[in-house]
Amino acid sequence: MGVPFTPRANIIMTICLGTIACVVTSGCLLWFAWPYSDYERHVGWTVEQPVPFSHQHHVAGLGLDCRFCHSSVERSAQASLPPTFTCMTCHSQIWTNAAVLAAVRDSLLRNTPMTWQRVTNVPDYVYFNHSIHVVKGVGCESCHGNIAAMPLTYKAKTLTMQFCVNCHRDPGPNLRPAENIFDTDWHRGPDTPGPAALMALYHLGRRNLTECSICHR
Amino acid sequence: MTAETGAKVEDGPLIFPTETPHSLTEHICATTLHEGEDGWTPLWWWLGLGFALSLLGMGVISVAWLFYAGLGIWGIDWPVAWGFDILNYVWWIAIASGGTFISALFFVLRAPWRTSLNRLAESLTLCAALCAAIFPILHLGRPRFFYWLFPYPNTMGLWAQFRSPLVWDFFAILAYVLCSIVFWYFGVLPDLAILRDRAQRRWQQVFYGVLALGFRGSGRQWRHYQPVYGVMAALMAPLVVSVHSIVGMDFAGGATPGWHSTQFPPFFVFGAALSGFAIVLLAVIPLRPAMGLQPYITPRHINILGCLLLTSSLCVAYAYVMDVFSTYYGPDPADRVMFAFRLHGLYAPIYWGTIMLNIVFPQLLWWRAIRLKQPVVWLICLGVLIGMWLERFQIIVTSLARTQLPSAWGQYTPTVWEWSLLCGSIGLFLTTFLLLLRFMPMLAIAEMRSMLGNRP
Repeated sequence: MGVPFTPRANIIMTICLGTIACVVTSGCLLWFAWPYSDYERHVGWTVEQPVPFSHQHHVAGLGLDCRFCHSSVERSAQASLPPTFTCMTCHSQIWTNAAVLAAVRDSLLRNTPMTWQRVTNVPDYVYFNHSIHVVKGVGCESCHGNIAAMPLTYKAKTLTMQFCVNCHRDPGPNLRPAENIFDTDWHRGPDTPGPAALMALYHLGRRNLTECSICHR
Repeated sequence: MTAETGAKVEDGPLIFPTETPHSLTEHICATTLHEGEDGWTPLWWWLGLGFALSLLGMGVISVAWLFYAGLGIWGIDWPVAWGFDILNYVWWIAIASGGTFISALFFVLRAPWRTSLNRLAESLTLCAALCAAIFPILHLGRPRFFYWLFPYPNTMGLWAQFRSPLVWDFFAILAYVLCSIVFWYFGVLPDLAILRDRAQRRWQQVFYGVLALGFRGSGRQWRHYQPVYGVMAALMAPLVVSVHSIVGMDFAGGATPGWHSTQFPPFFVFGAALSGFAIVLLAVIPLRPAMGLQPYITPRHINILGCLLLTSSLCVAYAYVMDVFSTYYGPDPADRVMFAFRLHGLYAPIYWGTIMLNIVFPQLLWWRAIRLKQPVVWLICLGVLIGMWLERFQIIVTSLARTQLPSAWGQYTPTVWEWSLLCGSIGLFLTTFLLLLRFMPMLAIAEMRSMLGNRP
């Protein structure tokens, strides 16, 4: 019986062990980094809608307020989507024969709502209420991004638990005066009250906003 | 074979005088490499493996159904939310302690007798720790997220709850299992090199050669090997104490009658030592004749292990007595209600069974004649292992069944899926141990050779 291993065996073994170490390390890193990627979180993805609705045109161009369509955002857990009648306020008068609006006219004709697809979602085990955020000084932009600049609506923020919890741990810097809530491109100016003043204004800071049951009910 | 009946067993040989380094190497290598005419794969090994695999199959089915259907298939519910899962985990991790005590602690203490036993005992540790490690994962509602116990920066913006003993437990078990594997592997390394050099078949040369990682037994390699082994042993010895202390804290941290006690960490270390020595004796006694190990594991070893078993049984007895004392001396009526339930309630046979098997029967080992009667010792050890299992049942179930609020009292009946999982874990233990017996040297050849070499 000859020698079981040639001198090359050491090199092969080193390469094998090195490769295993590299694969395991990079696999762990990939697995760890993957949930942070915009790809995994679908950030920047548009969703196919029945009508290619442009927030840029309606909000920045025509100057509609968010609440014109999302009418219950200040009073309800849901921001709500508008009924077809809201669209028809204008579109019964203008662009009445536009091909892209066929689905809207069809909806009115059949008396069935439009099937808009959700762009920004949280999992079922998360309790989210729009009204409390809007009333307590969180702007739409904080979670939805600069909607007024979106020709097609896409998800602008990661909406990971970390995203929610970072703000719940220290809401102050993300608050804005009541008149700027619906401004989708607002920046803190020299006259804006500071975070602490806004916290006091909205009566925040008395309750632990990171209790599990605040969001998981 | 005069040593078998030797009057002064304490002065008996650790290795029979007829043995030489050569005969030892021949014997172990023949067993492991199954070379020669009487190639060593006896019938009992095949029967044992068949039995072990059938148990393991039960366990695999049980786990598959658990993963599919969820924890509802078990008998656990409020108020007894911990059942066989935690019970078996604590039982197995305690069994795993034996190898570490013998191999690491007595290496640090320079006890010469541990050399014959350390490989066998450490192999038992390895298999038992493997069985223990699966239960904490299986008992999670969503087992696929077990790594959430590990503190890594994550998209949830949360860390593990560092104040919880359950998180310390995760670290303790992980460290213990990993260190046990490394310690065992490092110990077996020179023997793998011996096997590689003696192997006749090509696959054996490659198998043992790759595992030996190029160990050639040069002076330089030995000069590095010895201190590293010493440091590892010095790390493992406190680790076995810390892991069982933390298992104790899992319970002591809960404000449950019967758990919330400062004596729990040492109590669990005592219990671990008891079941650890019991499993080693349980394996060694039949393996001596079965593998022809009588010249290397002598009645003196059985005697020493019997003494250790008795000592740890006395330590456990102390803990049981203190349990009673602190309950009735202490101010908490809930403790007393729970303890009365333990003594003469639904699960009373379990308490008294624990006392009999862990404390009363091992007292027979005070007599040297009994310590040397191997079938009796074997039965005592089997009793101790069953007794330790009952002890965990008594700690976990009776405490949870009688908490402070009488409106929250309840009971626990394990389902067939919990029993099959217990059988499955025994199957996993036996399968891995039998495979190690077959393919790994069950005596530390290199260490034994140096012992034989130094003999006058």
